[in-house]
Amino acid sequence: MLTVGGTVLPSFAAIVSILFDGLAYAMVLFTISVGLSITMGLMGFVNLAHGAFAMFGGYLVVTLTRSLGVPFLPSLVVAAVVIGALSVPFEKVLYSRLYRAGELDQVLLTIGLAFMAIATCTMIYGPAPVTVPLPSVLTGQIDIGVRTVPAYRAFVIVVGVALIAVLGFAFERTSIGAKIRAAVDNRRMAQSVGINVDRLFTLTFAVGSGLAAFGGGLAIQAFGLTPSFAILYLVFFLLIVSVGGLGSLKGTLVASILLGVFDVGGKYLTPEAGGFFIYALALVILLVKPAGLYGRE
Amino acid sequence: MAVSEAPLAANDSLRARAREFLERRHRLHPGEIVPWLLIAAVLFVFPDRTTFGTQVLIAIMFALSLDLILGYAGIVTLGHAAFFGIGAYTVAILSARLGWGEPISMLLAAALLAGLAGLVSGWFLLRYSGLTLLMLTLATAVLLQEFGNYRSDITGGYDGVPGMTIWPILGWFENDLYGRNYYVFTAIVLLVVFYIVRRIIHSPFGQALIGIRENVRRMHAIGSPVHRRLVTAYTIAAAIAGVAGALFAESTAYTTLGVFDFDNSAKVMVMLILGGTGRLYGAFVGATIYMILEDEFSKAVPEYWQFGIGLVLVLAVLFARRGLLGLFEDAAASLRRSRS
Repeated sequence: MLTVGGTVLPSFAAIVSILFDGLAYAMVLFTISVGLSITMGLMGFVNLAHGAFAMFGGYLVVTLTRSLGVPFLPSLVVAAVVIGALSVPFEKVLYSRLYRAGELDQVLLTIGLAFMAIATCTMIYGPAPVTVPLPSVLTGQIDIGVRTVPAYRAFVIVVGVALIAVLGFAFERTSIGAKIRAAVDNRRMAQSVGINVDRLFTLTFAVGSGLAAFGGGLAIQAFGLTPSFAILYLVFFLLIVSVGGLGSLKGTLVASILLGVFDVGGKYLTPEAGGFFIYALALVILLVKPAGLYGRE
Repeated sequence: MAVSEAPLAANDSLRARAREFLERRHRLHPGEIVPWLLIAAVLFVFPDRTTFGTQVLIAIMFALSLDLILGYAGIVTLGHAAFFGIGAYTVAILSARLGWGEPISMLLAAALLAGLAGLVSGWFLLRYSGLTLLMLTLATAVLLQEFGNYRSDITGGYDGVPGMTIWPILGWFENDLYGRNYYVFTAIVLLVVFYIVRRIIHSPFGQALIGIRENVRRMHAIGSPVHRRLVTAYTIAAAIAGVAGALFAESTAYTTLGVFDFDNSAKVMVMLILGGTGRLYGAFVGATIYMILEDEFSKAVPEYWQFGIGLVLVLAVLFARRGLLGLFEDAAASLRRSRS
């Protein structure tokens, strides 16, 4: 090992590991955060209950695989669809009343919802971390040439990249994507030219919550699922959203990778400093660019 | 304010009227003695619950500090626990690492350090608003927590600081078994802090804060130094939260990095919302009720307690935006109407 000024420089293999693990981590973060970013960009709604949707998705996957014997992959899809559908009444009944309210009201309502969600999951599943049975393909190690890596992380990266491709296409090349971008840029103008922003919002909210649930399912084996997940990782999702810039797909992706890789790297190289680096990094980025990396000033 | 500085007779009369208005608002209302009588009564009615009572008083002080910035200046922060934590760790490090355990000077040191942190962070952060400000305040608290964890050789990490020795108050009053001395001490500190906050609220500066909360553009337009006002309020609130944190560490002789938790920031906000923001006594009502309910319910089935708090928050936002005191005022008003 090389050392510079007492600091151990990571070997090539270690760098590959950090990048690989960081990327897998980033893909989970991206999947969960992207919906939050778009809905916040559209309505400016501070949704602190977004982590709760991800958590419910994760627990739904647990129930599907453990109690009902559904295989892991279909469970992920079912959880995404169910949570996405269930999020619509929340948006219609509760959230829509507070679009014009101040951020304090939105913060309080959604913290309240998050608390209720945490309590509900603790009652049903208990406070201990849960696991899911994975198909054997995903449990071993696979060889990627440079070194062997956990198959599950490779799977997460593949899923994440596929998701980015689909979302990127939907966002940039379809008419719904164009409408969303228009509404994020200027909601009033979009409404004036006949875009039904409320309906658009319900749609993105449902898709975003569904993606969060999907990400929650992926997260079970990636960073463990407990009822406190809804608040514990919320800080992370919110940081990604604000560092990336509200309503920006590209920003969410860049911020996810940045924070994911730096977090894994920081913990790998200096375990005692833990998450200190990423919070410092996020703070600096926000101070320099308050609207985020790709946000509109 | 620029207008009042113009040497015009009309402005002098305007100024006199404003002065009279503020003095009338500032005059003590007879009902204001009630909370203090209740606080004193606890010593005689529940003499064995003063340890818990001390924690309630500390929570009131913490909520009061938040009221100054959230209720009056309208700054929404998700990281107020940062200053409580700085106060607590000032005491912990002074008493366990530096061998100084004198309670009153430690409170002053905590106020100074937390206030300094409020000044520096406020100066940077209060240019922003909305989501960015929420994130920045949240990140500041987490950053401090992570830093504490990084230097766990000093802070003791999540296990807490071992070996805190707090000297008797004024060299005489030990922290006895029931914590009565600390109850009285905390009540006196709360009275002093409350007096300061009350004076600030009813001063021209306090009115400027309310102006910023209600319409920041207009305050800019009439030439009010908005940023400086906000930073000043933030610094004072931080110092008070620091004193609350210091009292927490002194009364329990114990502190862990958990004081910086997001939960702690959220909890103080819930207390304030429950009581009612921007009305001074909201902190008293909200913190007391929250602490008593938590003490009753959280031990038996913590999930139900958490669910209940969540439900109360949702209902409060939808139906009782001005808190319990607001509900009380509404009820009193409708009673008066029905009578006449």
